[in-house]
Amino acid sequence: MKKVGKKIQETAVAVRGKIQRRQKPTLSFPLRSLSNVKYRPAKGFLELKGKKKTRTLTVATVKTFAQTLRMMSQAKTLVEDDEIMTKREAYYVSKNWDEARFDEQPESDTVIDDIESLFEVNREQLGFIPEEKGGEVAGKLIVVDRDSQTGKKLQIDCTKFGSGAYSIPSCVEHLKFQTQAKFVLAIETAGMFQRLVKHGYWRKANCILISMGGVPTRACRRFIRRLADELKLPVYAFVDCDPYGMFNIYRTLKVGSGNAAHINQYFCAPNAKFLGVTPQDIIDYKLPTHPLKEVDIKRAKDALKNDPFVQHFKPWQDAIKQLLEMGVRAEQQAFAVHDLNYVINHYLPEKLRAAKKFLP
Amino acid sequence: MAKSVRTRAKSKSGSGVKKSGESASKARGKNALKAGKKKKAVRKSAKSASKARGTALKAGNKKEAVKKSAKKSKAKRAKKKKTDKKSRGGPKKVKSKARPAVKDAVEEVFEQEERRGETAETMAGRQRDISVAEFFIKNRHLLGFDNPRKALLTTIKEGVDNALDACEEGGILPEVRVVIAPAKEENRFVVTIEDNGPGILKREIPKIFAKLLYGSKFHRLKMSRGQQGIGISAAGMYGQLTTGKPIAITSRTSSRQPAHHYKLEIDAKKNEPRIIADEIVEWKSAHGTMVEIELEAKYQKGRQSVEAYLEQTAIANPHVSLEFATPDGEKKIYKRASKQMPKETKEIKPHPYGVELGVLIKMLHDTSARTLQSFLHSDFSRVSMRVAKEICDKAKLYERSRPTRIARQEADNLHKAINHTKIMNPPTDCLSPIGEEEILAGLKKQIKADFYSAVTRPPSVYRGNPFQIEAAIAYGGEIASDGLAQVLRYANRVPLLYQQAACAVSKSVISTGWRSYALQQSAGAYPTGPLVIMVHMASVWVPFTSESKEAIAHYPEIVKEVKLALQECGRRVAIFVRRRRKAAESERKKAFIQKYIPHIAIALREILELPERQEKTMVTQLTDVLERSRS
Repeated sequence: MKKVGKKIQETAVAVRGKIQRRQKPTLSFPLRSLSNVKYRPAKGFLELKGKKKTRTLTVATVKTFAQTLRMMSQAKTLVEDDEIMTKREAYYVSKNWDEARFDEQPESDTVIDDIESLFEVNREQLGFIPEEKGGEVAGKLIVVDRDSQTGKKLQIDCTKFGSGAYSIPSCVEHLKFQTQAKFVLAIETAGMFQRLVKHGYWRKANCILISMGGVPTRACRRFIRRLADELKLPVYAFVDCDPYGMFNIYRTLKVGSGNAAHINQYFCAPNAKFLGVTPQDIIDYKLPTHPLKEVDIKRAKDALKNDPFVQHFKPWQDAIKQLLEMGVRAEQQAFAVHDLNYVINHYLPEKLRAAKKFLP
Repeated sequence: MAKSVRTRAKSKSGSGVKKSGESASKARGKNALKAGKKKKAVRKSAKSASKARGTALKAGNKKEAVKKSAKKSKAKRAKKKKTDKKSRGGPKKVKSKARPAVKDAVEEVFEQEERRGETAETMAGRQRDISVAEFFIKNRHLLGFDNPRKALLTTIKEGVDNALDACEEGGILPEVRVVIAPAKEENRFVVTIEDNGPGILKREIPKIFAKLLYGSKFHRLKMSRGQQGIGISAAGMYGQLTTGKPIAITSRTSSRQPAHHYKLEIDAKKNEPRIIADEIVEWKSAHGTMVEIELEAKYQKGRQSVEAYLEQTAIANPHVSLEFATPDGEKKIYKRASKQMPKETKEIKPHPYGVELGVLIKMLHDTSARTLQSFLHSDFSRVSMRVAKEICDKAKLYERSRPTRIARQEADNLHKAINHTKIMNPPTDCLSPIGEEEILAGLKKQIKADFYSAVTRPPSVYRGNPFQIEAAIAYGGEIASDGLAQVLRYANRVPLLYQQAACAVSKSVISTGWRSYALQQSAGAYPTGPLVIMVHMASVWVPFTSESKEAIAHYPEIVKEVKLALQECGRRVAIFVRRRRKAAESERKKAFIQKYIPHIAIALREILELPERQEKTMVTQLTDVLERSRS
């Protein structure tokens, strides 16, 4: 934590130095977009290519420049005081800054993202925490946490939440794990997660169930990553068969995002595999479908063209082409057409038997 | 309609015109009798006659031609006789139509019609002479007296235009006073127009003010306001028609002469003045003329009001001092902004290119020249003896033949030959543009703007008529910035207030691409913004689209010149507008910088835990850095 404070100070000194030399101060950030990342198969995640965006202080940038510096000052205070602040709170704090205040939260979020990429840390290290919680866990896992009052060790058994589940906290670095499970199943929707929990699927398959609730949060990704690394567990993703499920949810889980590529190193699970639903499953299991929406088609084509992850894996290109050809999408709940528990009794066991055939 | 304009004491045509005026009505009688055996009233036959004329002349737009020529026919008759008497054969109006052709055509048509219903005798019984005055009573809308509001404006316009023409011809800096006072009865006003001009000889007063189609300006090709004016006598007549009150004139030619006061009526049948009062009065001015007309009218403010007319007159005539008293007792003074009198204009002969066949035939008939060659040389401008010979050769005519003997077919050839011969452009010293400086003086006097620009184009020619275009733009200041630009149109220094849409000037303003000059403009509309656009056309013959002198016709040469002038103004305005926008932008940026720089300093002080003093130093340094890089 002290390290971050020092980085902030160094940057401020550089800026001041330029000003004293009557030069225009600059700040340079890694460019945060898919065009500035490449897929490193060896490392297994999207890595920054090193394109930088330099923000020079000019008339046009003076407002953002001032806001960035003030937010850096705020981060330094948080780090020094060991305090945390949600992005929303940061937005409200800025209301004290007169003209430099943010009008809308997205503006302040962008500045926070800029700062974390500037120092190549994750925002939690700067003291900014996300609003949303990380996801839910059920199954054969014991999480070791500490009581925030007494500091005593807490053993949390994820099999003992009944019909409920354990919530992944926003910061997972201090957690420790114990498990006998064979694999981790990351599920897109809370609905499917509940069905599997209700019928004790984790007991039957000897696994850990995690509900991602859409695109997995950083905490969720980090949690899964640590399970994978420290417990040597395979990770299988079970999402809808549509471009959103494949490239926004699964891709982010496996290799990270283009927007926060500087932290992908920690916030992804490179060994994740795609269990389903695949386009082929739609055919094999005769799933009811919906036609692909315009945005779906656009997203799929964009992935083919620009996504370094897709470009690296031929099977994914084939899958997308197949999906586009079929022109349809299917949700993971679609198995209900055969029987409510068809997915537990047939689909998952059948798929898991051929785990090697999962899409990368 | 022919013009009746005040002939001033100076006017040479004095007595000649007087006689011709009398004979004009006689001649008309004769013509009417000749034609007189037709069905229905004379007025109708006059119309059909003109229709026939229209056909004979192959006039493109027949229906419109009918109205015009119906009016013109009388003018022409009067004119023809006049010129005969004058035996000068001087320059003639270009616009008139072929006379002899007309006569033939009229008779032909009448003969055909004779076989219907009535007998020649019964019809002949109804034929009557019509005087111009009677014609006017029925057709007052043609002369700008359509409604009470316009009548008031036309009356004042005629009076003021004549006053200014008279002053300028007399070399006197004009001082004109206009008073509109409510009369005893409702909807009636007494209009008084007083000038300090050279005055009018006593014997001329009755005819000038109480006889239609009497004047000095119609028969010459010279740039003046009243060249196509309707005549103050028409205004007097309108007053007489609507209120029964005579027109009152007071005039004095010098301090050694007494001031004469007349009260006059027009005898509508005879088109002759009837003198109600004739006396010598005390008058404060040494020279000048005052006209008082009581008429039915409506006083209104706004775009086409008397006030707008006077204000626009003041802009285009900065040498004029105008005083205006409204019926509400308000007094407006338009001060003189320049002591520079307009350059005196020269009278010119018609240029061959602008002469129509009919006019050519008439000129051949009327000329005093003995040979065709000398006729071409002496009666036209820019025709040397050599060019005259060339024209004759091309027409396969003998250059020594007598002009009066040239038959119609030969005249036709002659007309074609003229248009196939290269003839130098007409002289342009007959034009008196207002001048860039004077326009600016006029604009600055009446319009508070931030930027002014005026352009006087070199003279140009359309159909043998020399003309010159001037344009000016006033931008910003107190001009309303919402809505379309205001366009002020002038012809020979006279503001044009009506028929904006039909005017070549409006068309040119619309078709100029104002967006390239940093101004806004929607398709097919005037530009928007705080803008006053002024366009002046000076010419010996301004081609109006109608008799009431309200819109300039769309000659391509004219549209082109107007656009060129506007573009030049536009370029200058654009420089100003862009410069101003840039300044505003840099002002805005400066404010922007000052707003956010302190925050950079605050943040740095907080992070680096610096003392307050350092924060201030950084603000100064940063401001310096950004200010320097701003431009």
